[in-house]
Amino acid sequence: MEKDIREDIAWAQINKDVLGSLEAPRPLYWVILLAAIAMIGVAVGCEIYQYQVGIGAANMNNPHAWGLYISTFIFWIGMSHSGTLLSAILHLMHADWRKPIYRFAEAMTTFSLMTAGLFVMIHLGRLWQFYYSLPYPDERGLWPNFQSPLLWDAMAIFTYLSSSIIFLYVGMIPDLAICRDSMHPGWRKKLYSLLSLGWEGTDRQWRNFRVTYLMIACFLIPLAVSVHSIVAADFAMSQQPGWHVTSFPPYFVAGALYSGCSGIITLFIILRYVFKFEEYMTLSILKKIVRLTFAIAMVWTYLNAVEFASVWYSHDQPSKDVLIQKASGTYAPFWWGMIFCGSIVPLTLAFKRAQTNIPVLFAVSLLVNLGMWLERWMIVAPTFSHGIYPWTWDHDQWPSFVQWGIVFGSFGWFVLLFMVFCKVFPSVSMYEVKEMVYHRSLHLKKSGAAGRGAH
Amino acid sequence: MSVNNLLENWSQFRHFHPVDDKPHDPYKWAMSIDLDACSGCNACSVACYAENNLPVVGKEKYAHGQAMHWMRIEHYWDEDIGTKEGSDFPDQGAQFLPMMCQQCEAAPCETVCPVGATNHTADGLNSQVYNRCIGSRYCSANCPYKVRYFNWYDYPSTENVWPETMTQQLNPDVTVRGKGVMEKCTFCVQRLNVAKNDARNEGRTVHDGEVQTACQQACPTSAISFGNLVDPASRVARQWAQQQVELDKDKQTKDAEPGGSNLRGYRILEELRPYPSVMYLERVRESAV
Repeated sequence: MEKDIREDIAWAQINKDVLGSLEAPRPLYWVILLAAIAMIGVAVGCEIYQYQVGIGAANMNNPHAWGLYISTFIFWIGMSHSGTLLSAILHLMHADWRKPIYRFAEAMTTFSLMTAGLFVMIHLGRLWQFYYSLPYPDERGLWPNFQSPLLWDAMAIFTYLSSSIIFLYVGMIPDLAICRDSMHPGWRKKLYSLLSLGWEGTDRQWRNFRVTYLMIACFLIPLAVSVHSIVAADFAMSQQPGWHVTSFPPYFVAGALYSGCSGIITLFIILRYVFKFEEYMTLSILKKIVRLTFAIAMVWTYLNAVEFASVWYSHDQPSKDVLIQKASGTYAPFWWGMIFCGSIVPLTLAFKRAQTNIPVLFAVSLLVNLGMWLERWMIVAPTFSHGIYPWTWDHDQWPSFVQWGIVFGSFGWFVLLFMVFCKVFPSVSMYEVKEMVYHRSLHLKKSGAAGRGAH
Repeated sequence: MSVNNLLENWSQFRHFHPVDDKPHDPYKWAMSIDLDACSGCNACSVACYAENNLPVVGKEKYAHGQAMHWMRIEHYWDEDIGTKEGSDFPDQGAQFLPMMCQQCEAAPCETVCPVGATNHTADGLNSQVYNRCIGSRYCSANCPYKVRYFNWYDYPSTENVWPETMTQQLNPDVTVRGKGVMEKCTFCVQRLNVAKNDARNEGRTVHDGEVQTACQQACPTSAISFGNLVDPASRVARQWAQQQVELDKDKQTKDAEPGGSNLRGYRILEELRPYPSVMYLERVRESAV
């Protein structure tokens, strides 16, 4: 078994390597940043147009009341889940290998939630009245409708987002202090001094820090599960064929972890390459995430099969018709694309050679996420096209360029946030990598001592 | 305004109509539509456009599925049309179904609205509060009949929706909806309110036939009847009773009889348990006579 990390890395070396990632970026960084901003520009342009003209600009119509906005919203919510899996669940399980990679995964959580939240807004017909859905005290005594899954959604996402930001921030405090101590005076030094909250690394501070971190981790885990269950409830609580499925909440959670894990693989590979983090983001750790992804892929495939089987044998004709429509109608290429990318492509991860082959993993992780985006679209659109009421069937509706533009731009928004994060904050947790190295050396010492004792 | 208001008065606003809750009193507006009398002339639909200031969206948007017809005439063809065995007179195989909001008693659209813009009124109507609507379109997504229409564009400012010469035709009793809100058939609530207020001023309830919906008024064959289901003497209540269609059943007792019932009354998608307030009278087929 390879080592997750070398036990003889000096602590100063860790600081040096990680702080190196905060140094002035190369020209390519600015090029990508500008490209991301241009992508956001496209989305902003589309949104302004849609705001002026009305949702008609998105080319929705009577049966197709929802479109790519809701699909992409679910996609980004899903992306957010693995950060919590890595940082909170694996933290509680004392999985040491999460330490070098959880920081950027947690950032991914926060930023994808920030992207998802935008889609809820963009989707609204009257964006300017969005605050009606907030439970604020109103002198007319009006409240939002607490029966609506959409309201649960808004609350769940807001809670999850705020908790994720706190978790990301709290976990970063010792590292921010390292940054503060090693930076030359300037805006960065001021920023880190402010954010590190006077961290000095005393015993008392460490003790409080551990308890706080653990508590937020415990708080975050049920949130992560509930958030996507509630997104699933948007569909499962309705009466529509293809949505009214009992297994939707676990199916959505599995799908979320799945796309999140492959998102982590993608970013792992990029960061490892760009920041030369080979010492910390080792192939051995990559292998562990890949195996985890493979397991989740199989769970997702199984839950998919459960859903199809329960629809098929339910004798609920409209649901069955929707399923047939998905597999053979207008959406068939996308639906089969989803099956291929989501269930067939990850089978390559079962092979040992593929588990550490970076180009293969990069391609697989991107394909999986393409499949997962298609999955969300295939949940939303076919039900609208082929609902309970045959007179309103519409198999030909196609999202307009406005919808595609905003979906495209959302990726730019995510890339922008992530790139800014990587340059401003340490994307590898220095103090936890040190812990990991320390644990490992302790372990070696122990086994060494045991070995000696045997003589 | 406090959370107490919300907690204490919740039951006042949330009913489990119509099964576990007290029935409506003194009004429960309902409709019955005789499909045998319907000739598919679309007069009801036109009347609805005129009465409720519905935007005329034009051919292109209509083809896009963006029409705003609260009352729509659905056209169905018998299956044998177009085959060799089919009738020589294909039009005989055509049948029509006027479809509008079914004013469900347990409306799937109401529970899902995040802001509570669509509610049940004391008269058993499914109301839509335009000012409250934020346009999430969840109601439309969950409507089994797809009879909710969204303002995809800002129709009042769209060219040719109401040409200059026709602005005098707009009904001053009905608001014109802006972009981004959901709308649907209201059972001509503006007329109902006038009739109710008149009756209240005179210390009585609304008589049967005192108020008509626009579609009912325009129907040349009187296929549509509308009235108060609470009043057993009203035409609509008598029709429902004759057809043995009960509002609070998701499966009518008469249909459980062996061989089914010969009565013509039925409600669309009753089995989904929305408890619709519109009863249809099945068309009598030549083959069945």
